[in-house]
Amino acid sequence: MTKYLKSKKPFVCILNYGSGNITSVYNAIKFLGYSTKVSNNMSDISKSTHLILPGVGAFDSSMQKIKYKLPLQYLKKEIFKNKKPFLGICVGMQVLATFGYEFKKTKGLNYIDGETIKIKTKKLKLPHIGWNKIKILKKIDILENLNNKDFYFVHSYYFKAKNKNNIIATTNYNHSFPSIINKNNIYGVQFHPEKSLTNGLKLLNNFIKNC
Amino acid sequence: MKKIRIIPVLLLKNGWLVQSRNFNTFENIGNPTYAVQRFSEWMCDEIVYLDISTDNTYDLRRNDINYNNRKSFLEIIKDVSKVSFMPLTVGGKINSLKKIEKYLKLGADKISINTMAITDRKFVNKAAKEFGSQSIVVSVDVKKYKSKYMVMKNKPNQSCTEFEVKEWVKIMQEEGAGEILLNSYDKDGLKKGYDINLIDLVNKSINIPLIPIGGAGKLDHFSALLNKTKVDTIAAANFFHHYDQSYYLLKKHLFEKKYNVRKHEFNTWSK
Repeated sequence: MTKYLKSKKPFVCILNYGSGNITSVYNAIKFLGYSTKVSNNMSDISKSTHLILPGVGAFDSSMQKIKYKLPLQYLKKEIFKNKKPFLGICVGMQVLATFGYEFKKTKGLNYIDGETIKIKTKKLKLPHIGWNKIKILKKIDILENLNNKDFYFVHSYYFKAKNKNNIIATTNYNHSFPSIINKNNIYGVQFHPEKSLTNGLKLLNNFIKNC
Repeated sequence: MKKIRIIPVLLLKNGWLVQSRNFNTFENIGNPTYAVQRFSEWMCDEIVYLDISTDNTYDLRRNDINYNNRKSFLEIIKDVSKVSFMPLTVGGKINSLKKIEKYLKLGADKISINTMAITDRKFVNKAAKEFGSQSIVVSVDVKKYKSKYMVMKNKPNQSCTEFEVKEWVKIMQEEGAGEILLNSYDKDGLKKGYDINLIDLVNKSINIPLIPIGGAGKLDHFSALLNKTKVDTIAAANFFHHYDQSYYLLKKHLFEKKYNVRKHEFNTWSK
């Protein structure tokens, strides 16, 4: 985060493209005691110190809504030029990829090099629903002080990162996949921190406090 | 590896938390919001909240300062999602896509559909297409007639449908259900253990996760089900309301017996 952002009182802007878990993310940030707003207005995005892109659903339909509802040019400026910390949750992480392959090949936001593809399972059931462990490869600021390594997942696709340096943690479900990614001020988590009890609250708090 | 999920189910009837026996006797056990808060403190894997009222009156009959009277299930869910940062499934009288959207917007993650799936199975399909399979749970209630496990319809009156459970769950999976919540009329509320044959049969018939409920009365009933079937999720209702710290103690029991559950812990939240 830039010095200028650090000096400001945190204000979290939750981007709204109609994804289902917005209220849960909002409730969690409120519970943590930060001011927050669900909004796509350029003025709110500009005032904010942190941006969150929630997500539940399919890559293709989410991307369509994102393109239609979010001021992407402006957002890009805030993220890449002003270095505003950005967190993508679940599909919000998956759409950071260059391409997604759910139903059909779809262009993603291309913030971090990679592709979103389906988990390969033989006997295991999909979607991967439930609590699973993360294996931390790189200790970074959003992982500070966690109780344990269990988080709540609901997904059938995963972010296959091109650059191994962007992978912060992995999780195993038939095979290992990236469950936390990071590039500069851009973060993505495949699980739902807003549904992962105190462990998830801690991660969200770290994102706001440390990043 | 993915953990075994242990899920408390809360039944709500006209604004009150109740316990059920054989789907016909209901006993009042308290205020729903506080029960959810309690489960949140116990760090539950997930929670299921079912409205089993047969009419539309919701009244906690408390108007003093500490209790806000809640007049609709929607309001109760709204309260619940502010205190519970865990996956929340909501069900009962789900009969339109609009209603599903409302609950999801309030903070529910999954919606459980029962009667409407029997009345119009395409409803499940439409709901799955609109909101994604991961948010659609189909709840199935079963009663044994001679040697057959038949699917029951609860409304307007309790009656047996033409479907055997193993065909029905396959149809529901085809239509886009993301999970099946399975209860047994014969075991419900009796505390004599789960119907292991039924659960095994259903689990082998589908590729989506199964959430079995009905019959848990002691700790061993949970391990018996895990030993004899391949389920990775177990739910219970009454069990969690009757013993102090029941959820914590169950988790501790399973963890110490080396089952792959999330470690038992209390919520000691601090930033």
